[in-house]
Amino acid sequence: MAGSNKTSISPPRWLLAELTYSCPLQCPYCANPVDYAKYQSELDTEDWKRVLTQARKMGAVQLGFSGGEPLTRKDLTELVKYARDLGYYSNLITSGYGLTEEKIIQLKEAGLDHIQVSIQASTQELNDHIAGTASFQHKKEVAHLVKKHGYPMVLCVVIHRENIHQMPEILAMAEELGADYLELANTQYYGWAHANRDLLLPTKEQFEQAEQIAQAFKEKVAGKMKIYYVVPDFYEDRPKACMNGWGTTFLTIAPDGVALPCHSARELPGLDCPNVRDYSIEQIWNESKAFNFFRGYEWMKEPCSSCDEKEKDFGGCRCQAYLLSGDMYAADPVCSKSPNHHVIQEAIDSSKASALAANEKPLIFRNSKNSRLLS
Amino acid sequence: MSINPDQTLKFSPMHRLQWEEVQQKNVILYPEGMVELNQSSAEILKMCDGTRKLAQIVNDLEQKFATTGLVNDITAFLEVALKNGWIQQN
Repeated sequence: MAGSNKTSISPPRWLLAELTYSCPLQCPYCANPVDYAKYQSELDTEDWKRVLTQARKMGAVQLGFSGGEPLTRKDLTELVKYARDLGYYSNLITSGYGLTEEKIIQLKEAGLDHIQVSIQASTQELNDHIAGTASFQHKKEVAHLVKKHGYPMVLCVVIHRENIHQMPEILAMAEELGADYLELANTQYYGWAHANRDLLLPTKEQFEQAEQIAQAFKEKVAGKMKIYYVVPDFYEDRPKACMNGWGTTFLTIAPDGVALPCHSARELPGLDCPNVRDYSIEQIWNESKAFNFFRGYEWMKEPCSSCDEKEKDFGGCRCQAYLLSGDMYAADPVCSKSPNHHVIQEAIDSSKASALAANEKPLIFRNSKNSRLLS
Repeated sequence: MSINPDQTLKFSPMHRLQWEEVQQKNVILYPEGMVELNQSSAEILKMCDGTRKLAQIVNDLEQKFATTGLVNDITAFLEVALKNGWIQQN
């Protein structure tokens, strides 16, 4: 374990407030942990206010209200107002499900800066299938209302094998809805997406074709719409600079108050992630075992420790190293220098075989029943 | 993208310009992003209040900092700002 040199610790900039794990949707690539159903005890309003105050004091300025579906929290507007008074820039990351015009106005008055609406596909049939809930028409309506009330509108579409062929239609939909930003998020294979990977991972040819179409569109709409393209790291030679480095920038608070250096870190063994019910954000960020675990470079193994790119990508993602190699200290297997790199090709092959199989197993949808089965 | 000298400049309502005490810096905030500004960039953006045109901004900043010859630097920065959507003209 490294990183005890406290003078080198930079303050948090981004706070992701996962207000709840409850969600009316059942997306099979949900980033929540597969065993989320066992974490029942949500923080209350006063807990969240304390967290917001302490993190802001340390320098956090970007704030994401997320979940689950944050709209299911009755105190959302109160928390938005509290965050605005502290000077946060607040992002609401929502499925749009259950969002009314009245609520959109109320949140605007409370000081919400931006709303990100997720849409699962460009057609009602596929959207409603992937979401596990009839929601397509309402989501489009919400996107219009978000624009109408003067918010910057970010449309988020998670890309995977079931919808990647719709790339041209997805882009046309974003244009029609007047999105200011379009986030094309290639699925990252953690949590539920890891469990469903054989059914979600597209082929390299599909990725390349979709990327080409998105790139041409990006040039076409330059100056009108910004595109955030989340890279499909399984088809890269080098890993992503996950979280901009462990414990340097991002702080996630899970619904039950557990503080995480990234929203998947719950899956890692032995971190003893601290809870905001027991410690202040300052103690958690500066002193906790979990936040110091992968700070700096001393924890690294070869090939990372002597790699001349380690300051660029920090060895990649710890959760991905653990999920794919069983060793959270190992190089992210996405890296072509990793001795475990073959597992990536195996995953790609397995996914391709699954797509060609006559009786492909069904997607495991994200709901409490499946969560209990998988825990 | 170039600046139209006949139109006023206005900071974008889709972004927020704010002083950050911890960082001792002005920052631009927007959906899921942040840009840290140096002092001169922040001073230029604060002039984009919807009432001033390019020449007035140059004039006002030259007066404020008792200097001359800022026109090229200010124009270059405003072009970047316009391209990034931080400011608008109309």
